Amino acid sequence: MQKFTTLTGVAAPLNMINVDTDMVIPKQFLTTIKRSGLGKGLFFEMRFDAKGKENPDFVLNKKPYRKAKILVAGDNFGCGSSREHAPWALLDFGIRCVIAPSFADIFYNNCFKNGILPVILPKKDVMRLMAAAEKGSNATFTVDLAGQTVAGPDGERITFDIDPFKKHCLLNGLDDIGLTLQHGKKIESFEDKQRASQPWLYR
Amino acid sequence: MAKPKTLFDKIWDSHLVNVQDDGTCLLYIDRHLVHEVTSPQAFEGLRNAGRKVRRVGATLAVADHNVPTTDRSKGIDAEDSRIQVNELTKNCRDFGVELFDMNDIRQGIVHIIGPEQGFTLPGTTLVCGDSHTATHGAFGSLAFGIGTTEVEHVLATQTLLQWPLKNMRITVEGKLPAGVVGKDVILAVIGKIGTAGGTGHIIEYAGEAIRGLSMEGRMTVCNMTIEAGARAGLVAPDETTFNYLKGRPKAPKGAQWEAAVAFWRTLPSDKGAKYDKEVTMKAADIAPQVTWGTSPEDVVPITGKVPAPESFASEDKQKSARMALDYMGLKPGTPMTEIPIDYVFVGACTNARIEDIRAAAAVAKGRKVAKGVRALVVPGSGLIKAQAEEEGLADILKAAGFEWREPGCSMCLAMNADKVPPGKRCASTSNRNFKGRQGPGARTHLVSPAMAAAAAVTGKLADVRKLA
Ligand code: SF4
Repeated sequence: MQKFTTLTGVAAPLNMINVDTDMVIPKQFLTTIKRSGLGKGLFFEMRFDAKGKENPDFVLNKKPYRKAKILVAGDNFGCGSSREHAPWALLDFGIRCVIAPSFADIFYNNCFKNGILPVILPKKDVMRLMAAAEKGSNATFTVDLAGQTVAGPDGERITFDIDPFKKHCLLNGLDDIGLTLQHGKKIESFEDKQRASQPWLYR
Repeated sequence: MAKPKTLFDKIWDSHLVNVQDDGTCLLYIDRHLVHEVTSPQAFEGLRNAGRKVRRVGATLAVADHNVPTTDRSKGIDAEDSRIQVNELTKNCRDFGVELFDMNDIRQGIVHIIGPEQGFTLPGTTLVCGDSHTATHGAFGSLAFGIGTTEVEHVLATQTLLQWPLKNMRITVEGKLPAGVVGKDVILAVIGKIGTAGGTGHIIEYAGEAIRGLSMEGRMTVCNMTIEAGARAGLVAPDETTFNYLKGRPKAPKGAQWEAAVAFWRTLPSDKGAKYDKEVTMKAADIAPQVTWGTSPEDVVPITGKVPAPESFASEDKQKSARMALDYMGLKPGTPMTEIPIDYVFVGACTNARIEDIRAAAAVAKGRKVAKGVRALVVPGSGLIKAQAEEEGLADILKAAGFEWREPGCSMCLAMNADKVPPGKRCASTSNRNFKGRQGPGARTHLVSPAMAAAAAVTGKLADVRKLA
């Protein structure tokens, strides 16, 4: 997994609540057996019309935001399915940070597994950043994970909270499986005990 | 005396393998269901790292999302779907995981076959790369959806990194009125608490109305818990649970069955256990529900009207209501029962069990699907299909003009050929009315199976209680 330390880039405003994973990446892109190449399907139905032509009004089709690295959105971002294709599509497009007042649980977790930082901020801060992001290419944000801050174009730094372990793994690009396997002995002894007390779970 | 525990606390505490100083928990996973869409990249990861599946006996795979629901003897036409299904077969063979393939009578929607086989058991932790894994909570199993990287983590280690969740209890008091079923209960719950109402929580459902539900009804309720933003839903196991599980192929047998039931009886929440949040509803207040918008929280009783965007308190909600009505092609103030429909879908892991098909058939019996309406019934598994045929339900439905299909996810997410065309309106027993969910431009109204059948025979959204 790619490390996440600091990120400076254009932030795209997506002022909508309940952005679901069907919107982020519709099902016709889920038949892939790979993780890569999903950027073309990102926000597909908003980005393109029925004939496959770009919708000029959609934020990511506007000039400054084509290179957006950060997305600012409304409440409950990423609700719906567990598809990890959603963070894969964001990543493939180049977005490595999503800022919102709240996220759906599974999507939030999936971000951390893919080097994407989801930042939760109070609504009033998100709305300020949303307004700043509307300024297009003049709106470069800097996100600093170690310092837990987001700085908008005016330079003011807003601090965010994050689980320390998730932060540690993201900062260092750690592979969870490798970490967990260090607990191999504990997993074995758990299984030994459980096999004795609930043998019906073992077949 | 020990502190009283909730059902959730008991399952959680008994599955902790390790707890770090920072609160990160390593949770043991007893049961893992795998399907074709969210697993290929996970198996690829294992292969690249030279890892094995730690406990093949705790893992069960099925192809459901992509499979056609018409004759399958010649395989799958769509190339990418075929590749994905073949990939699952190959991965299961290579790693030794049991698979119900497309032509196995036990094949079906992943959340239907787990319980049907007795693979889902009370007191266990169960995961699947699919958000509707919450379904299995109906058995008192802590069951939740995970992403593909986590699928790989579970395959390799039989554990997951987790952080403590909060407990919420939703109590539905009293008996449900006639014509009101599990689907209506959960839609009413989501209407009340909203799609983010359960975020960060697990929801335990309690009260007389929940106790009175069959396992099928409880599964419907738990299935849509994710639509309320919660990770998992739970119903305490009881006689209804044990009666459902007894004799299922993968359920414990003989002396082990007795021991298991004795253990399962210790699982319900202790008296005095504390919940972080409590919601109480009266069963008598719940009418058959129907959605009008593009989020499951956009719901009203069938006796209601399409709401005006201005009627919502927050500006965000007003804006999303305006967008939803625009997408749905609906005008505020229209009585729900005056909305004509083009399609009907009875299926999905929400409502494709035998009880659901019985409910649809009971309404369809002696009636005809209205002119211009296309109605599909897609049973949740091959076994359900066979049972429905044996009970004569398939004949009733076919005589009424419903299409009778092979099991799979089908029109729930339209990954196969079953789609609602753009601009067309569908009364659906599935769980999501998101934009484009049933096909680009498709308009979805979520309802119970009996309500779906009522819509099919009247050609409009209809109050099933008036058809009786
Ligand atoms: S039936 Fe629908 S909701 Fe259920 S698993 Fe299949 S696609 Fe998901």
